[in-house]
Amino acid sequence: MMHAYAGKMLRVDLSSRTIRTEPIDPQQARAYLGGRGLGTRIMYDEVDPKIDALDPANKLILAAGPLTGMSAACGGRFMAITKGALTGAIACSNCGGTFGPELKYAGYDLIVFEGAADEPVMLVIDDDSVELRPAKHLWGQNVHQTEDALHAELGADFHLASIGPAGEKLVRFACIINDKSRAAGRSGVGAVMGSKKLKAVAVRGTGGLTAADPEGFRTACLDSLKKLKEGEISGTGLPAFGTAILVNIINESGIFPTRNFQESQFALAEQISGETIAEQILVRPRACVACPIACGRVTALPNGKFSGRGEGPEYETVWALGADTGVGDLTAVTKANYICNELGIDTITAGATVACAMELLEKGAISEKEIGRTLSFGDAEAMVDMIGKIGRREGFGDVLAEGSARVAAKYGRPELSMGTKKQEFPAYDPRGVFGMGLQYATSNRGGCHVRGYLIAPEILGVPEKFDPHTPDGKAALDIGFQDLTAALDAAGLCLFITFSVGGPEITEMLRTATGFDYDVDEVMRAGERIWNLEKLFNLQAGLSRKDDTLPKRLLTEPMPAGPAKGMTVPLEEMLAEYYRLRGWTDQGQPTQEKLVALGLS
Amino acid sequence: MANVLVIDPEKCTSCRLCELACSARNAGAYRPARSRIRVLIRADEAFYFPRVCIQCEEAPCIEECPTDALVRDAATNVVVLKEDRCDGCGVCESACPYGVIWCLDDKAHKCDLCGGDPECVRFCAPDALRYESQDRWPPGDRQAYADRLRGLVQEVKR
Repeated sequence: MMHAYAGKMLRVDLSSRTIRTEPIDPQQARAYLGGRGLGTRIMYDEVDPKIDALDPANKLILAAGPLTGMSAACGGRFMAITKGALTGAIACSNCGGTFGPELKYAGYDLIVFEGAADEPVMLVIDDDSVELRPAKHLWGQNVHQTEDALHAELGADFHLASIGPAGEKLVRFACIINDKSRAAGRSGVGAVMGSKKLKAVAVRGTGGLTAADPEGFRTACLDSLKKLKEGEISGTGLPAFGTAILVNIINESGIFPTRNFQESQFALAEQISGETIAEQILVRPRACVACPIACGRVTALPNGKFSGRGEGPEYETVWALGADTGVGDLTAVTKANYICNELGIDTITAGATVACAMELLEKGAISEKEIGRTLSFGDAEAMVDMIGKIGRREGFGDVLAEGSARVAAKYGRPELSMGTKKQEFPAYDPRGVFGMGLQYATSNRGGCHVRGYLIAPEILGVPEKFDPHTPDGKAALDIGFQDLTAALDAAGLCLFITFSVGGPEITEMLRTATGFDYDVDEVMRAGERIWNLEKLFNLQAGLSRKDDTLPKRLLTEPMPAGPAKGMTVPLEEMLAEYYRLRGWTDQGQPTQEKLVALGLS
Repeated sequence: MANVLVIDPEKCTSCRLCELACSARNAGAYRPARSRIRVLIRADEAFYFPRVCIQCEEAPCIEECPTDALVRDAATNVVVLKEDRCDGCGVCESACPYGVIWCLDDKAHKCDLCGGDPECVRFCAPDALRYESQDRWPPGDRQAYADRLRGLVQEVKR
């Protein structure tokens, strides 16, 4: 038997409505860990990267990692791996909550969904009993209604992952939501689920997981836990203020993108900060399974123009729906966040796409007539209205539901989409944080902060401080962060564990849990293997060196003000060094030698 | 004075590391379904509440156990299960007014403070669970916790 792993996977063919169980191959598990790693391996082996993401031939994999559902701190994660509907690139969206651990207690490390159903269905997993059931009665329901209905129908102890109307209507940045508010958010994994007419997955598991070296694993877990509790960010800042504690820090660093990256400091930042959230709307923190940080924010809005109750906003959301659209009204930002959760759309792309439309209007590329309303930067009501329209594909929302890259191209101003590989950037202007710029350009899933969180070293000084305004050393730094992040994603951990622990602690937990005799090098090599395999998938999908880039604004328009005033991202020199250190050609293709070394040839 | 398990539900964040720590130690697997402490989570209301035995003074489980498998340890005051005497009949589960004994796999599962070193406490990051001298848990707070536990019994049985 395998330790840490449940040891089995489910293969669900939605076209023929057949379900099979397959064992997890221990050798592949050792080489790819799980989650993002095993999922990408399956995608690469079984899916033609050239297909359309919404074709039934695409597969959707929901996968936990070996440390998911154990007592490893921050080990509550699962991932959705597929070809992304937004990007056309490999997608892996990581999600917390309770679904991942429960899947493993039911006996499965991952589920591979193949084909597409002809009518709405849901998968119900109750330990060994696994069946597809009709879900017509849920189609059209929002995520919260769906969860409430399923809890009433199946029992309150089922854990759910579902799509809302946005996923059903193939909004290109629809997400998959667990626990009403936790999203596998980016790249359009929810649109892929919708294209398969899979409304929900419900799971209840009563089984357990073992560690190969129980005492060693326990010691390793307690060591990480202690470091996380004692860490300034993980033990004090995030628990008290959530991720939005970053708002003031990033704004002061002059890299808080404002009005679609036209500026990098937002005058109203304080009003949407983590501190203000804690003071005005926080009800209580909420943790994912096994997380000592509990960055989640249960919040409630007072009765007024925008009211309601739910979770969020977290930092990237506050930025996308706030500063990026020029909105400084916390109640509007929070309300828009609730709508995103209910309809099932990614807050980052949603906010950034509205911001892009605002600039298109400002520059005269679209008219108010085409939009059907006013849509100026800073108009809170317009922002909230448009977010709802996107999620329902209503009116002009139907246009914006394609994401900013397609919208900006449609109106003849492609350079106004602030993203890479058709995916919008998160909340850091790379003109003032160069390593992050290189990371945006090279991220395998397009614009993203969680493939390699260079903000940690370049801004927060974790694990040590690097000058954000120099390209020197950034290629190597990026590669290290990307590989470690790929490994810890695949392990089932949350990225936030790295605020207080690193490769050695993660390796020790993996080694004692799985019984695979890992050292740090092998774990980092697993991360590198995953990264290279993702790259191979993308190259075969038709992406190339020209896609490893940034919008013109970040390369040629000097930062207008703040600590990084006058700067642009010196991408070309960093990129050349990055390819070289990766062992890739100058066209960004892994060399045969590199593939052999990683066992990928 | 012996230490007791002090439960401060207001500090709980719903992470359930206590369930994982408990089941690993007492059931040999990371298995919340066999944990002796269970966090009741009503997410919509942001209500999280760790449910665990408070070693009550007049313990109906001891009185009603037909095989005398539950006994009070005189030194620690803890209600302990003699596993070899337990046949998992379920009488204690029904007798417990607080809903914190579970009869599963032909055996009762209840908190015995891990013999004086409760594993859940070691893993509780927000300090919602502490192992402290009894006088650190004001009687009023302990009573309030017990009352809330009792009030939740019908809900968790549903």
